[in-house]
Amino acid sequence: MTAGDSKQPKLRVRGATKVYNTRSGDLLAIDRCSLDVMDGEIVSIVGPSGCGKTTLLWSMSGLHGLTSGEVLLDGKPVTGPNPEIGMVFQEANLLPWRNLDANINFPFEIKGTKPDRVWIDELLNRVGLEGFGGRFPRELSGGMQQRAALVRALSYKPSVLLMDEPFGALDAFTREEMNRLVEEIWLDTRTTIVLITHSIEEAIFLSDRVVVMSPRPGRVANIHEVPFPRPRSLEIMSTKEVFDLTNAIKAEIVGTQQSRFPSASAQPAQVA
Amino acid sequence: MSETDAIPEFKKSAGGDSEVGITNMSALTSGPGIKSMGEVLAIVLVAVVIIGGTELLLNIFAVPQYVLPKPSEIAVALVTDFPFILPHLGHTLVELFVGFGIGAVVGLILAAVITQFPFAEKIITPYILLLVTTPMLALVPLLILRFGFGYEPRIIAVALAAGPMVMINAATGFRRVDRGKIALARSYGASTLQIFWKVRAPMALPMIFVGLMVGSIFGLLTAVGAEMVGGGFGLGNRLTSYSSMIQMPQFFAVVLILSILGILIYVLFFLLGKKYASWEA
Ligand SMILES: Nc1ncnc2c1ncn2[C@@H]1O[C@H](COP(=O)(O)OP(=O)(O)OP(=O)(O)O)[C@@H](O)[C@H]1O
Ligand SMILES: [Mg+2]
Repeated sequence: MTAGDSKQPKLRVRGATKVYNTRSGDLLAIDRCSLDVMDGEIVSIVGPSGCGKTTLLWSMSGLHGLTSGEVLLDGKPVTGPNPEIGMVFQEANLLPWRNLDANINFPFEIKGTKPDRVWIDELLNRVGLEGFGGRFPRELSGGMQQRAALVRALSYKPSVLLMDEPFGALDAFTREEMNRLVEEIWLDTRTTIVLITHSIEEAIFLSDRVVVMSPRPGRVANIHEVPFPRPRSLEIMSTKEVFDLTNAIKAEIVGTQQSRFPSASAQPAQVA
Repeated sequence: MSETDAIPEFKKSAGGDSEVGITNMSALTSGPGIKSMGEVLAIVLVAVVIIGGTELLLNIFAVPQYVLPKPSEIAVALVTDFPFILPHLGHTLVELFVGFGIGAVVGLILAAVITQFPFAEKIITPYILLLVTTPMLALVPLLILRFGFGYEPRIIAVALAAGPMVMINAATGFRRVDRGKIALARSYGASTLQIFWKVRAPMALPMIFVGLMVGSIFGLLTAVGAEMVGGGFGLGNRLTSYSSMIQMPQFFAVVLILSILGILIYVLFFLLGKKYASWEA
């Protein structure tokens, strides 16, 4: 499934500009970024380090405001954290004093709602964490922690899932596994997903579209369609089309910034 | 999936929550925890050797009792005079509990409130440091003039000694901001109060226990010291009166009771810390 063009966008970013007021002066982090994300679409954001990807994602989530521009969810402005939006941070961000069950209950405690145990158990099952409810984060591997964070974000059925380099700290093998998991869950739930990643492979494997951002101040430099059917098999991922697309995106990022781009993709990034 | 499940240490390389343990429970939990029967046996053996050796040496060199009583004499004094010492122990405990309770509650509240306002914190911190570093014993003669020879001056001194200790450690705990975890709570729409109770407070708990332990030990020292300054009751009063009457076995029996009290306080907070704040140890 590719971007539905007739539908109205689920998440709309219009002219998003953010200036950080720091002690050493004002810093323009993102500059007039505009992006429409359709319902049920998966969009990846890639770009050089420090270009403002996290800044953009936080604006989408309502965690911080914009200097100018706006974010619309289903046509309504996002002005603060929204129960429709789930956020997965770069680090698993589990609370170390709570066991897995209590960590997954955390959003519900904050919201004052009842956890949907059936759905949570299904998610835990799917990510292979059934029976680990009593374990504390320190007793879980990095991959397990990330899976738990994913379950926590999906547990309250957000209609939009924002993920900030969710698998950046994982090894390539675990990462691929997590990507398949996200694909699987998406095939089931069709949750709208915006994903920041440093891995072009990951971006292409998961997304309908890949957004390339320019170095800071971050602007939307280019948007690539990824027209491959899902589920995306190893065969599809090793076709020439994917190879060419990977290289095209890489060239755009490396071209804008001296090969600073640490990618976990198949090709070495030394193009310069 | 089972690949990674089998390697719990993997979390370190993945970042995980390892950044949390900057200020940790080390003062409490990295102490030599007793593990095996062999270690217990070794500790008991060392005690036997030290006590036996002291007994032997004091006998050989015929050290007079008023210089250093023999362990056996101290033991006898402890048993025979215990009924008489017990009420004094009670008085000391009352002063400690009430004074420490007041100091700890005020210290905790102040720490929680002040750390919410960085500006106020900057202004207040030097005064708290002053309170921490001033030996509150110095105030006891003054307090006695004002409040007499009862519980009051001692309780006030204990509270003044323990409170700032609790506060300064708890404030360190509350100041630990983990932006990620606060952002997480905020992403679910958490209020400031919810963030405090569900993120900041649990994160501060290990340091709070450190503060409570140090504060209570300081409180004990201050209580005994204040009792030595004036007033006719309490373990500190026993120390001065036994030493003035050169009843050295009784004197050392009281010292022994005080040591045991200190150790019990340490163990209490060690166990509490282990139970409620061991997640980052
Ligand atoms: N809270 C803040 N205060 C001041 N400056 C900030 C703040 N957060 C980010 N910045 C700055 O804004 C710019 C963009 O940061 P941002 O974190 O959005 O980049 P990023 O694309 O997510 O980088 P990375 O890929 O390394 O995560 C950087 O130059 C950063 O130093
Ligand atoms: Mg970032």
